[in-house]
Amino acid sequence: MNWITNYVRPKVNSLFSRREVPENLWTKCDECGTMLFHRELADNQNVCTSCGHHMAITARARFTALFDGGSFAEVAVPEPLTDPLHFRDQKKYTDRMKAAQKSTGEKEAMLVAEGDIGGTPVVAAAQDFSFMGGSMGMYVGNAIIAGAEKAVELQRPFILFSAAGGARMQEGILSLMQMPRTTVAVEMLKEAGLPYIVVLTHPTTGGVTASYAMLGDVQIAEPNALICFAGPRVIEQTIREKLPEGFQRAEYLLDHGMLDRVTPRTKLREELTTILRMLLALPAAEITPPAKSEAAPTPEEKAAKK
Amino acid sequence: MTNYLEFEKPLAEIEGKAEELRAMARANEEMDIEKEAAALDKKAADLLKSLYADLSAWRKCQVARHPDRPHCRDYIDTLFTEYTPLAGDRNFADDHAVMGGLARLDGTPVMVIGHEKGFDTKTRIEHNFGMARPEGYRKAIRLMELADKFGIPIVTLVDTPGAYPGKGAEERGQSEAIARSTEKCLQVKVPLISVIIGEGGSGGAVAFATANRVAMLEHSIYSVISPEGCASILWKDADKMREAAEALRLTAQNLAELGVCDRIIPEPVGGAHRNKEATIAAVGDAIRAMLAEFKGRKGKEIRDGRRKKYLALGSKGLAA
Ligand SMILES: [Zn+2]
Repeated sequence: MNWITNYVRPKVNSLFSRREVPENLWTKCDECGTMLFHRELADNQNVCTSCGHHMAITARARFTALFDGGSFAEVAVPEPLTDPLHFRDQKKYTDRMKAAQKSTGEKEAMLVAEGDIGGTPVVAAAQDFSFMGGSMGMYVGNAIIAGAEKAVELQRPFILFSAAGGARMQEGILSLMQMPRTTVAVEMLKEAGLPYIVVLTHPTTGGVTASYAMLGDVQIAEPNALICFAGPRVIEQTIREKLPEGFQRAEYLLDHGMLDRVTPRTKLREELTTILRMLLALPAAEITPPAKSEAAPTPEEKAAKK
Repeated sequence: MTNYLEFEKPLAEIEGKAEELRAMARANEEMDIEKEAAALDKKAADLLKSLYADLSAWRKCQVARHPDRPHCRDYIDTLFTEYTPLAGDRNFADDHAVMGGLARLDGTPVMVIGHEKGFDTKTRIEHNFGMARPEGYRKAIRLMELADKFGIPIVTLVDTPGAYPGKGAEERGQSEAIARSTEKCLQVKVPLISVIIGEGGSGGAVAFATANRVAMLEHSIYSVISPEGCASILWKDADKMREAAEALRLTAQNLAELGVCDRIIPEPVGGAHRNKEATIAAVGDAIRAMLAEFKGRKGKEIRDGRRKKYLALGSKGLAA
């Protein structure tokens, strides 16, 4: 009977893993309304294949697409104090944290890793907007410092992907103090002569923009990302007038001299490799194709889309 | 004329009564009211003392924002000699929300930089209520560089609701300007001393207050967000500012416990605005004492000490 189990198992597994895909196999693009197949969308790093709209991406998915062969090693982040202010609004901060950890499966709002990009060893950090709006608290501060220290130790460049609504209010002044703390991390890289590249993703606002996210040697943004200190609603309330189309979006900032480049997510890996290798005086790289998150859609899946 | 805060209403009533009595006595010399008036004075003084002995976080916010509180200009005029304002960011404009220039403290040159809110409608508009635009931070960066080049200690006086949420400010790179100003604070090799004299509002405050020593006046505040802003985001109700102020732990006393504030400067009974001279003198003494700690220290040691201090923040939480 053994041969039967051996024969059947792969099929059962594949059925089972397909069930694990969220019940809704489709995501509707909020920009163009196209129904996109999850797998297709994931393969394109959550960029709409129809209109190019950039949707949120988790830090882990980003790293899988970014690092050669999807392989990277996480850099340990020192644990900060839990709830130093004993903060509670309508909910306790500790409960909000638990809920965020449960829904994201992550410990906190930033992931730090080391690995190769286009054959170039780097340290990278990515902020996760899905974890309490990516907010910068002591953990995010510690993560950036740990990343910078690792980069200095290994003599590698540091790439940072920002995404945050701002500072984590529940940590009060200690979240604000991450502005100078992360700036110390940037200074470490500067003094070690290592490139620090920032990729601003949607949205990057508040104290995050006003610290490490604006201090890169090269500033790149993803298309249409909202990048600001004060948000558009606050400004509209203050000046009592409508803001121009595209205000505080990546392209607007590029026009106003605040960024070096606006680059689609799917081109970032190649572009980062090119820039880093020039900054490091390394020969031009042959870019290997990025890792696919999963297999291409099956014929039934394709048919279902139509 | 006294501008009473909302929670000072009972005090206003007693003081008003005493004043009324005295006015009546002036009009009618046969009246002997002095004993009664003196009793009211005593009652008012006791009430003032007890009100200020235990201010809630929200009341502290109100005191920190009091329009009659001594402002940056008052400190500069009183504590320093030869104040020579230095203007402009060399790019776009001179930001009047930020005052700054060379001055002497007890004969020693210092670079003084601070937020000025203005004292009446006209000057408040001129100073944009102490809310800097990118030019303000860039002016501060320039002055810090100048001080660093010539080995002159820097003193910053922080009093701002925060950065200005305006269209032009955003277009001209408010975020970058704040980030660079904070960075400059961490780069200079001269002592950088900061005093929060009123409101330390978010990034606009950090840009000046990333210092070797941060002192706070007893009833000043320093916060990641205004209580009103926090309430509207987390409570979805801006009227919950009292709760938000409490939760944010933004008082000098809380910040000292967290290691963010190095020194609390006591205020006169009833707050800085009830005795400006005494407040300014106390701030002067604190600045002198903090600067004295760095006499004879090497530049690198001063800069590295500042960085280490910030890296170490967050190891202490508040007692439950
Ligand atoms: Zn689309």
